[in-house]
Amino acid sequence: MPILMVALASGCSGNQSALDPNGAPAVHIEHLILAIVIICTAIWVLVMVVLAVAVLRRRPGSAEKPTSEKRLTTMVSAAVVATALIIAGFTIASFYTTRNIGVPEDAAPTVTVRGQQWWWQVFYASSGSTPGFQTANEIHIPVGKDVHLKLESSDVIHSFWVPSLAGKQDLVPGRSNDLLLRAEKPGVYRGQCAEFCGLQHSHMAIMVVAEPPADYERWAAAQSGNAATSADPDARAGQAIFLAKPCAACHTVRGTSASGTTGPDLTHIGSRQTIVAGLMETTRGSLAAWIADPQTLKPGNNMPIVPLTSAELQNISAYMESLK
Amino acid sequence: MTPEDDRDSRDTAFEAAELERRLAATWATPPGLVGALSTVDHKIIGRRYITTAFVFLALGGLLSLLMRLQLAQPEARFIGPDRYNQIFTVHGTNMMFLFAVPVMQAMAIYLVPLMVGTRNIAFPRLNAFSYWIYLAGGLLLWIAFAIDTGPDVGWFAYVPLAGPQYAAGKRTDIWAQMITFTEVSALAVAVEIVVTVFKQRAPGMSLDRIPLFVWSMLVTSFLVILAMPAIMIASTSLILDRLVGTHFFNPAEGGDVLLWQHLFWFFGHPEVYIIFLPAVGMVSTIVATFTRSPVFGYLGMVMALVATGVLAFGLWVHHMFVAGLPRLGESFFTASSMAIAVPAGLQIFCWLATMWAGKPIFKTPFLFVLGFIVIFVIGGMTGVMVASVPFDTQVHDTYFVVAHFHYVLVGGAVFPLLGAIYYWFPKLTGRMMNETTGRWVFGLIFTGFNLTFFPMHILGLRGMPRRIYTYQPEMPWSGLNMFISLSAIILAAGFLLFFIDAIRSARAGATASANPWGATTLEWATTSPPPAYNFAKLPLVDSLEPIHDDALLPAAIGLRVDRRELLITSVVEAAPEARESSSGDSIWPLWAALATTVALIWSIFSPWAVVWGSIPIAIALIGWFWPKGVPEDDS
Repeated sequence: MPILMVALASGCSGNQSALDPNGAPAVHIEHLILAIVIICTAIWVLVMVVLAVAVLRRRPGSAEKPTSEKRLTTMVSAAVVATALIIAGFTIASFYTTRNIGVPEDAAPTVTVRGQQWWWQVFYASSGSTPGFQTANEIHIPVGKDVHLKLESSDVIHSFWVPSLAGKQDLVPGRSNDLLLRAEKPGVYRGQCAEFCGLQHSHMAIMVVAEPPADYERWAAAQSGNAATSADPDARAGQAIFLAKPCAACHTVRGTSASGTTGPDLTHIGSRQTIVAGLMETTRGSLAAWIADPQTLKPGNNMPIVPLTSAELQNISAYMESLK
Repeated sequence: MTPEDDRDSRDTAFEAAELERRLAATWATPPGLVGALSTVDHKIIGRRYITTAFVFLALGGLLSLLMRLQLAQPEARFIGPDRYNQIFTVHGTNMMFLFAVPVMQAMAIYLVPLMVGTRNIAFPRLNAFSYWIYLAGGLLLWIAFAIDTGPDVGWFAYVPLAGPQYAAGKRTDIWAQMITFTEVSALAVAVEIVVTVFKQRAPGMSLDRIPLFVWSMLVTSFLVILAMPAIMIASTSLILDRLVGTHFFNPAEGGDVLLWQHLFWFFGHPEVYIIFLPAVGMVSTIVATFTRSPVFGYLGMVMALVATGVLAFGLWVHHMFVAGLPRLGESFFTASSMAIAVPAGLQIFCWLATMWAGKPIFKTPFLFVLGFIVIFVIGGMTGVMVASVPFDTQVHDTYFVVAHFHYVLVGGAVFPLLGAIYYWFPKLTGRMMNETTGRWVFGLIFTGFNLTFFPMHILGLRGMPRRIYTYQPEMPWSGLNMFISLSAIILAAGFLLFFIDAIRSARAGATASANPWGATTLEWATTSPPPAYNFAKLPLVDSLEPIHDDALLPAAIGLRVDRRELLITSVVEAAPEARESSSGDSIWPLWAALATTVALIWSIFSPWAVVWGSIPIAIALIGWFWPKGVPEDDS
């Protein structure tokens, strides 16, 4: 229980807001959002003033003539024409913004994201000397470069949404969608599934780590390699337990006999900032809390409780943490 | 019988008192349980419908309070994900299918025959049937929820999450079949309204003298008739996928998951206008009465209603802007979605002009109209925002959209509806609601609503998706969520006070006169509440505001009084054409509804229900349509 509390109290930080954009697509959209909201607010205030005057104004005495039908018709017609012009402006503005944030047709996808209930499977295509590799729930991108994402789903519809970098795009089974990500500044940008996808839709976050190109290349090279072997005896013991228990039936740790494909690839889980699709920061304690009782932290998810002694639990957590 | 033979039984043959006595004997619902279950009086059925819909509103409201309890704090554990998913699904389904659409149709069932000056709605037995089917659909959903098998896939039940592979059990089938129940009842009422408006208007009520509320219900009914088949195909295909293994929505077998979204929203977007247009009619009615002036731009208002109805079918794709459709096609739907702001704007401007020219009287119904304008203009503008593709990619499926559609549906439809209840309560019950309490109700609901829903716009922009049962403490959302949950208490208090006022007033409110507001439409030309036959002598109309202009000439026009008879008039000019008998009370619609209910629920479990279940339905329909022995009907 204390572990659980600590694990819950920690967790990641990071920004996830359409109002705090850090990439070109999100910046374009934010400008459009601000423009439309400001214009609409002004119109709303205007309508409210007219409404207030209309109902509260002092009525003309019987001597004066009431407002003529003709004048009202002119005013109403002018307002309707103004409405039409404003929405025509909005339509054109959003059309141009759409063109600015679209994926160029010749761009080859570099990252494929497959939504799963309730985590993100990520495939990096090989580039240069770095072979392709698989990871989960965390994407790294080089700062200042367009990254073309291919979005797919292996079960139900999910939606990929990292608001600080781009608008959302659905992951639809049987189809493949495209999205352009771009970060101007290094940082960790949080996103989360935006299309209701079942029991744990609430706990399906993804981290996008934007870093300088050199750091990114180093990260990609490291990720493409096999799992590290640790000198720590706890971790070594943990590896043996991991391979002997049902864990390996669902998870892959490259370089070992564990090659299950149902769950996230764990080859470099220790290098990720969070575990369980953004639920907790990666620490030995949070790993232990999760492995001990995944159904309390994320009820209904597909990871069963594997009975372990407390020593086994410690060893496995140490092993996971060592998979940098 | 020749026309001369029944001269003694025509309304022209009697003095007023004797006429009323004989009409009452012919039209009254017999006392007792069988009478209550057999009645086809549109006023009794309308009141039942309205009351039932408000019960569902209260139940749906309680669910929203449970959601606010859970979301008040991060990682709260009052409600688990499974129950929470059922709660928001049932909340949305209930509010759309069991409250908003039926309550608007229910108001029309009660009011349209009175407003057009006829004695009963067209197809009165179908009307009785539609109520029982609606009730059965509502009970199906809520009983399922009570025993923890409520649907849990959201009110638009996207496949494949709602398909056989990911939604095991019967929860989704119950959702889909509940849709069938409400489709059938809504279609039945829509047909009744169209025929009533086209063929049963009082003599002289030509198309340009139809009250705006009736126009709005006419357009709404056409929307129902055109939109409902899409959802019928969708929900039936879903049940087939789930029950007999068809693959309409299964991409692995050549089906398509986006097909569901197209079918659903081709219905689902007009659905919004099915809820909103009646409210527009209510607003026009209330504005006219409480500014002592006819609504400015009658022709423009009618054209705006029709234009909204047509455009409503051209913008369903704006619910799918992030599904990955071609961008050029999406831009078309941006334009069409934004275009609907023009007729909406026109109506707002016409109401403002009416208020400007008239002399506003600040009674409770008018307050709700003012609240409607304040809130609905915001909802309309956020609607323009989500119509923009790039804007929508940031706010789609977030709390911004939750805020948007509550501004549109609560602001745009529930506010006018509450105003309409305060306005027509004397006609519904013969008693007035309490004006002082009404002001409190308005104040609490207006304040509570805005404090509850406005911050949701900000939450959505700051990254909070909808339909999450909890959120992590590190997300910067807990402060606003707590604020929203506390504000919801104010909103709930307003509704509680409304229900108390309605129940108390129905029992002991001040007695209402025939026309307590000095209104100008025909429902106020008869007593409050109206007698079973509505009008002793049918009104003759030669103006848009027959009462106001003293243009009301009640006349005996030769309808028989010893059996139920209506006057049929022409579509355009409402010139008298024929006398038509109107169905008597019958228990068969109830049996037919029960047989249909058994067949529909059974078919969740076995396809054979369609075969065997049709037999009792056939028997009930034979009883229903058994010849009545009236010469015209037999010929």
